[in-house]
Amino acid sequence: MIQFFKIFELPRSSTMAGKIDALYDFVFWVSMISFLIIVIGMVYFVWRYRRRGVTPEPTPYITGHTPTEVSVAVVLFIIVMAIFYWGWVDYTEIITSKPGSLEINVTGRQWLWEFEYTNGRKTVNEALVPKGQPVKLIMGSADVLHSFYVPDFRLKQDVVPGAYTKLDFTAIQTGEHQVFCAEYCGTAHSKMLAKLKVVEPEEYQKWQKTWEVEQSLGVQPAQAAESSESRPTGIENPAAPRHGAAPELPAERGKALFTAKGCTACHSVTGQILVGPSLKGVFGHEVDLNDDSRITADENYIRESLTDPQLKVVKGFQPVMPTYKGTLKDEEINDLVAYIKSLGN
Amino acid sequence: MSATDHTKNYLQGGGLWSWLTTLDHKRIGVMYMIATMFFFAIGGIFALLVRLELFKTGPLFSPDTYNKFFTLHGAIMVFMFIIPVIPAALGNFFLPIQIGAKDVAFPRLNLLSWYIFMIGSFLLVLAVLSGGVDTGWTFYTPYSIRSATSVIFATLGVFIMGFSGILTGLNFIVTIHKLRAPGMTFHRMPLFLWAIYATAIIQVLATPVIGITTVLLVMERVLHIGFFDPKLGGDPVLFQHFFWFYSHPAVYIMILPGMGIVSEVITVFSRKHIFGYHAIAYSSLAIAGISFIVWGHHMFVSSQSPLANFLFSLLTMLVAVPTAIKVFNWTATMYRGSIWLQTPMLYALAFIFLFTIGGLTGLFLAALSVDVHLHDTYFVVAHFHYVMMGGTVMGLLAGLHYWWPKMFGRMYPEGWGKLSCSLIFIGFNLTFLTQFFLGKMGMPRRYHDYLPQYAPLNMASTVGSWFIGAGFLIMFTYFIWSLFKGAKAPANPWDAKTLEWTIESPPTTHNFHKEPVVTTGPYEYGEVKI
Ligand code: HEC
Ligand SMILES: [Cu+2]
Ligand SMILES: [Cu+2]
Repeated sequence: MIQFFKIFELPRSSTMAGKIDALYDFVFWVSMISFLIIVIGMVYFVWRYRRRGVTPEPTPYITGHTPTEVSVAVVLFIIVMAIFYWGWVDYTEIITSKPGSLEINVTGRQWLWEFEYTNGRKTVNEALVPKGQPVKLIMGSADVLHSFYVPDFRLKQDVVPGAYTKLDFTAIQTGEHQVFCAEYCGTAHSKMLAKLKVVEPEEYQKWQKTWEVEQSLGVQPAQAAESSESRPTGIENPAAPRHGAAPELPAERGKALFTAKGCTACHSVTGQILVGPSLKGVFGHEVDLNDDSRITADENYIRESLTDPQLKVVKGFQPVMPTYKGTLKDEEINDLVAYIKSLGN
Repeated sequence: MSATDHTKNYLQGGGLWSWLTTLDHKRIGVMYMIATMFFFAIGGIFALLVRLELFKTGPLFSPDTYNKFFTLHGAIMVFMFIIPVIPAALGNFFLPIQIGAKDVAFPRLNLLSWYIFMIGSFLLVLAVLSGGVDTGWTFYTPYSIRSATSVIFATLGVFIMGFSGILTGLNFIVTIHKLRAPGMTFHRMPLFLWAIYATAIIQVLATPVIGITTVLLVMERVLHIGFFDPKLGGDPVLFQHFFWFYSHPAVYIMILPGMGIVSEVITVFSRKHIFGYHAIAYSSLAIAGISFIVWGHHMFVSSQSPLANFLFSLLTMLVAVPTAIKVFNWTATMYRGSIWLQTPMLYALAFIFLFTIGGLTGLFLAALSVDVHLHDTYFVVAHFHYVMMGGTVMGLLAGLHYWWPKMFGRMYPEGWGKLSCSLIFIGFNLTFLTQFFLGKMGMPRRYHDYLPQYAPLNMASTVGSWFIGAGFLIMFTYFIWSLFKGAKAPANPWDAKTLEWTIESPPTTHNFHKEPVVTTGPYEYGEVKI
């Protein structure tokens, strides 16, 4: 039985996870015992005192027993107060920021997560954090409510437009941890996913260092990537080939970017319509715009769709695509265009 | 009215028009019942569609369509079914009879409440027809201000329906205070009425708040006055306070009447005096009182202050005590009884089983640190369905089977009743027990699609929903069948002691031939004195 329940368990990847699970388990057993008392009592009474014939058996005249009721109330009161207190103690720990935390700005927007490190490095839907070091996410929303939720950490915090909220955690397990948006935010709420990658502190340092050096040299990441051995794949420039590997084709890099930059929240490449049009078969074909004009989708049109999405809006869709001006580098736009081109026929 | 009218039962005579203009609380109760049951069917269809989408990963409906489905499921079930159904349908019918009165205190107001309810519902239906709403039944801002869907129709519908609830509540409070038959003291009232009384108080006090909130929301949408949208200088979290200030007490508007029914049914089918009459009666009032000061437990991660979280968590824990006393007392009532397992009793037992799970899982969510993990996951969805459906709906079904012979003078078919009860019970647990595990595994609610690790449990949950659907289909069919073909019901098929069973089935227009005089409590079972 206990073994059976194990398959539903999540890894305990933050300092709080174990503590929250401990209280969860305590409440679980308290509940289980209370439930069994009630249900076993009920089933036993139903069986023991079931009506056997057509006419009811005579029953005793019992109207209650105040001492039992009072004792049930008192015992219960004590238990729930204990649960309350335990929950409160752990909660204060959850919300306390540790001094010297690594700060990361997080912006939730329909329907992706943006991260910005103090050195100015920006990522979308993926963030790298060091293991064992306290991290403080300072979060805001560009539009509606969202909620930053990491089940492996057992932590979540609503992200509120017009105010900052914060989420503190210390990761204790390396690996990829799923981030969900837990507060309903419209069409692609269930696709507002991100990955939190926990790595050893040295690896994190290296990852930031390499980027800082690149920045100071003015090297474009797409080129610098080839010379960098330490870059964990998937972050910032997921398509960057690792040292020694043959350089990938632009369309392949574009494909990885398409996922990494959160395009998949709104666009399929299979013909299925999500928030935005499917990008299958768009390139080289005519597109109906909402001002009833038509345009043939060429490289410039695709590029403009990324930098100024509101300029030409596809008929039948809301103008909700965020602009990628500033977030996508020229090379990245080239790669994406190459990828969308490859979906053209 | 002529003297011959007294021999006619309330169903006889008059066409549609006489129903639509009736002042008879029983007819109004039946009209509420038809309306709410119809809405229940619609809300249920939306629920089945929601589960169908979640049967497998990958889209079946578009995300927007799915979002409308779950919004409409929630809004219809909450505002058009579960809040009104027991008080307005069964309460209207039985409250006056159980206190030995001819009617409610203000019969015209009663009819007006029905019309207001229908107008409000019509607006919500209009919202469905004009493209639907996609905000979730909670209408959280600023999404609900920016959403392009029919938010205005829906919220105005909620606003208008609120008046119906307030007026009905007022009517009931006055009726209980003023129209009790001689000898019917407060402490001789059936526990169903204590529950209805507590519910009415909440309805009168809390409903105006949702009214104001929806008006503010509409003003913000139409006139761009910044209450809730930070773009206009408002505060989105303020909306949540307003919303839950009503909607948490509303949870007790939903559950208390169900508890009342269970108190009746358990005693009758155990032939035992209720265990702890006063504790059950006053715990209803205690729950009503506490319900007003716990709303913030819906907002532990909303960014409200830690002090608020401290207080709301503490106060919420207190609700457990009166609630547990009730469950304990119902179970204790069966001790040394003579238990008759007819369909109403099966539903009452199902209530105890499911509601206990619903209540206990509330402890997880009331504990601050655990709620940080479980909030807005499927754990919450499972929890409130165990309370609302496992509690209120099971209570309603117990009451419906229990009082059906009285209301329509026909017995429902017992075998089919038990079959559909079993289907619903099994289906319910399959549908919602699985969701506790999904929530514990971190699956957020209101998700159109999910990650592969959640697939098996979701599939099981959807299969469960089909069992529930089949159970209700059978039930609707046999209820309608029984109206025409059911065995004629005697005046008191269950050998119950409350006043409604002393008159004909179905009752005459005036309920009692002469005013009853009450000399004992409602549950004087027990021949063996100890
Ligand atoms: C928030 C949802 C959203 C995200 C994220 C998003 N888009 Fe869009 N996109 C849309 C919508 C809606 C449209 C159609 C309306 C319009 O033209 O602005 C669109 C249109 C387009 C078009 C024009 C398609 C056509 O059929 O003419 C292209 C190309 C495109 N997006 C590419 C991308 C790429 C590449 C990304 C990722 C870098 C991306 N989009 C991210 C919502 C989104
Ligand atoms: Cu979301
Ligand atoms: Cu609540």
